[in-house]
Amino acid sequence: MRMEEWTALELGRKIKAREISVREAAQAGLDRIAALDGEYNSFVTVDAERALARADEVQQAIDAGTLTGPLVGVPAAVKDNICTQGLKTTCSSRILYNFVPTYSAEAVLNMEKAGAVVLGKTNMDEFAMGSTTETSAFGPTKNPWNTEHVPGGSSGGSCAAVAAREVPYALGSDTGGSIRQPASFCGVTGLKPTYGTVSRYGLIAYGSSLDQIGPIARDVSDCAAILEMIASHDRKDSTSIAREDYDFTSALTDDVRGLRVGIPSDYLGEGLDDEVRQAVLGAADVLRQKGAEVEEFDLSLVEYAIPAYYVIASAEASSNLARFDGIKYGYRAQDYDGLHNMYKKSRSEGFGEEVKRRIMLGSFVLSSGYYDAYYLKALRTKALIKQSFDRAFAKYDVILAPASPDTAPRLGESLGDPLKMYLGDIYTISVNLAGLPGISVPCCTDASGLPIGVQMIGDCFQEKKILRAAYAYEQARGPWQAPEGIASSAAQGRKTDAGAGVSEGKGGNV
Amino acid sequence: MSKQYETVIGLEVHVELATKTKIFCGCSTAFGGAPNTHTCPVCTGMPGSLPVLNKQVVEYAMAVGLATNCRIHQYCKFDRKNYFYPDNPQNYQISQLYLPICYDGGIEIETAAGKKVVGIHEIHMEEDAGKLIHDEWEDCSLVDYNRSGVPLIEIVSEPDMRSAEEVIAYLDKLRLIIQYLGASDCKLQEGSMRADVNLSVRELGSTALGTRTEMKNLNSFKAIARAIEGERARQIELLEEGKPVIQETRRWDDNKEYSYPMRSKEDAHDYRYFPDPDLVPVEISDEWLQAVRDRQPELRTEKLARYKAEFDIPDYDAGILTSSKRMADIFEETTALCGRPKKVSNWLMGETLRLLKEENREPDELTFSPSHLAKLIEMVEAGTVNQPVAKEVFEQIFREDADPERYVEEHGLKTVNDEGELKTVVADVIAANPQSVADYRNGKEKALGFLVGQTMKAMKGKANPAAVNRLLKELLQ
Repeated sequence: MRMEEWTALELGRKIKAREISVREAAQAGLDRIAALDGEYNSFVTVDAERALARADEVQQAIDAGTLTGPLVGVPAAVKDNICTQGLKTTCSSRILYNFVPTYSAEAVLNMEKAGAVVLGKTNMDEFAMGSTTETSAFGPTKNPWNTEHVPGGSSGGSCAAVAAREVPYALGSDTGGSIRQPASFCGVTGLKPTYGTVSRYGLIAYGSSLDQIGPIARDVSDCAAILEMIASHDRKDSTSIAREDYDFTSALTDDVRGLRVGIPSDYLGEGLDDEVRQAVLGAADVLRQKGAEVEEFDLSLVEYAIPAYYVIASAEASSNLARFDGIKYGYRAQDYDGLHNMYKKSRSEGFGEEVKRRIMLGSFVLSSGYYDAYYLKALRTKALIKQSFDRAFAKYDVILAPASPDTAPRLGESLGDPLKMYLGDIYTISVNLAGLPGISVPCCTDASGLPIGVQMIGDCFQEKKILRAAYAYEQARGPWQAPEGIASSAAQGRKTDAGAGVSEGKGGNV
Repeated sequence: MSKQYETVIGLEVHVELATKTKIFCGCSTAFGGAPNTHTCPVCTGMPGSLPVLNKQVVEYAMAVGLATNCRIHQYCKFDRKNYFYPDNPQNYQISQLYLPICYDGGIEIETAAGKKVVGIHEIHMEEDAGKLIHDEWEDCSLVDYNRSGVPLIEIVSEPDMRSAEEVIAYLDKLRLIIQYLGASDCKLQEGSMRADVNLSVRELGSTALGTRTEMKNLNSFKAIARAIEGERARQIELLEEGKPVIQETRRWDDNKEYSYPMRSKEDAHDYRYFPDPDLVPVEISDEWLQAVRDRQPELRTEKLARYKAEFDIPDYDAGILTSSKRMADIFEETTALCGRPKKVSNWLMGETLRLLKEENREPDELTFSPSHLAKLIEMVEAGTVNQPVAKEVFEQIFREDADPERYVEEHGLKTVNDEGELKTVVADVIAANPQSVADYRNGKEKALGFLVGQTMKAMKGKANPAAVNRLLKELLQ
């Protein structure tokens, strides 16, 4: 079976047509993980027994006619900060190394209702803090396009797993670009929905006011179908919103005539890699040729997004992560002297450097005497950024932008310079501050063969507009290839140096 | 002590609200469950869980605010108060700092010194913590999260009180208002009402406030009064010795009648309050506020006036009947059933208070059914039981909530109204007491009383005294 050739929807159709059994599909995914994941390290936990038992259960439901959705029986992966009942959920942190949730996240329940078979939990930056998946306590994930490079982050495991065809799709979470940036680095499609569209119940919070769960898959159609499956109004999440539309797949029309597309000129200036700039402008041309009206405009306030984001996200994180104290679950230091020493040692030993940096930053900005100068000012900045997007969306349906200033950096390059890593979030972060939906679609590869994605941003609740633009762009771009050796090597594994030095573009020319 | 000092007191009162479920999840608030049985991922702070506000908590908070003349923030928010302690599963408490639901109110109190208004700075909503149990035998600590997430309101007064008497009057008034609203049972001993006392002293005539201390662990009105006296004396002594009062939190030990420092301002927490991003702001529409206002029950002041006007109950009695919501409820329900307010009042003011005093219990603890008292009153009126028997039956109602009809039936206490049977007994009594009969016939009216008593004794108390009286007079003519 060549599961690696099919998208999630294609596999779903074959399962419904009884061409493939749910167990075969799950087993194929498990085989690929067994063969490939030693190299990529996309997964923190894989539970084959559980997955196969679940596959049989889903097959029975299909046979009984009770499960009929488009993604029924399709194997999937879930980022390891999304709770799965009975399946370890670690946030790639030592402090939760043994944590098994007693309940599943609403998004996972929605997936399971639609017949998903979860094979395992994917690697990530510890507590989603990072842009490379190198801050994981369980080792970095490697980019299937070139294993000397990072997959991006924090949903690097989910994106690498989809890029390596270990699973047709995965759930990620996006607080400042954590779906869109690794999707761009790994040559997969990733969608961050409007804040409030997918329930956060069961998503282990990093920055509560910014976090959203979203789909990562091979193409735009899959993302639309997955979003349709996981989005819901959940009364257990006060920030969940009852939307008027959930029919995201209806937007896949390959028609962008009259669509107004704006490109922020402030996104195209200094700091942007030239090949990425060319890719974005190329994508703009494609949309223009298909009848969209494309122009550049000034978004303004772009330089304030990063400081505002790091103040707000770190402040929320410093409080959200307070519950990890070694008392009720997770890691507890071996030797300690009294309660406060136990807190101190468990947290010092249980959290990694980047997490501790952000907890300290967040605690500082919330401290009495600094609150107004930092936190309050950041909230005001956030409101102003939202206003500048409001002005833009009065004129445009979709904003076209890079997903990241560069393609995937080499492993080990980023951790030494956190500030540089933070600046890499510049094109994705303001989308979270404004609560907007954004999608990253593979575009082409750079001279060294690493994928470049373009980002399309919509106004709140306008997922359909960006899906429409992304789908039309994807149709014009043509089929997207898997990384070198992935599609052909099937479950036979790869040589460790495969992918290195690949220089020709894998995507369609634009 | 040459100088005259004035005590300045403000209170922080925590009240546990009488909702069926917790403030941010659907778990029961009931007392007495086995440890950690009224819990879920939300109130145990499990990763990924999220709070959802219980609407009833907002309504109770609004009701208390309206009844204490507060203004309502129709746009209010919850904030996180960050501190590490194992009884607090998230290591932050969800409370309100920046925009509390009620603010700028006050209630009138009356003491021997006269009437005055005690200002209420604010009322905010928050969640209670779990309970730590230290097992000395096993040398470990255990935590029970059944109380975690139980809704509280904190009522913060202005520093307007000057004596223990005013503090007690304020607390008593507050307690009655909240009980009347049904928002809480407000039991100090059980912790559903807890008061922290902020106290400072200053020279009489001075307008600047002295350095204050905060006292905790005050479990009764008496303890509060003693703690105020004790702390006032301690602070004056320091000032007299030229020593400064240190701003700190102190724990009152009611057995030793002394307070001990818990923590000073220097090691006070920086709680790093910020708006809870998991909860959306509470928006109270004008309609919602009006609906709560319209549903406000009759409070004590209104009840007092109505009892006087509607039932012609004297001021003193009305005051006692309304001094507890439970008592007032029993009075009104019983009156509605039997239509005899005076009789009901007599039973409550007389026997009920006597028995409460005897058992050292509070009117709030009354448990009997108004229907049973109403039935008893009707039985007395109908002559089914006489007054002494009725008192015996009432004791059973008071203690066991006994059904008076069944009790009288089972114990054969029914007044004997059979003329024939009664006549025979009366004739026997006359025959057995010739001396008394002679005395009566010689004009000693008192002798008749003796003969009535003998008859009642022979009837084991079940005779109708009026009938006995009449028959004796008839037969002795």
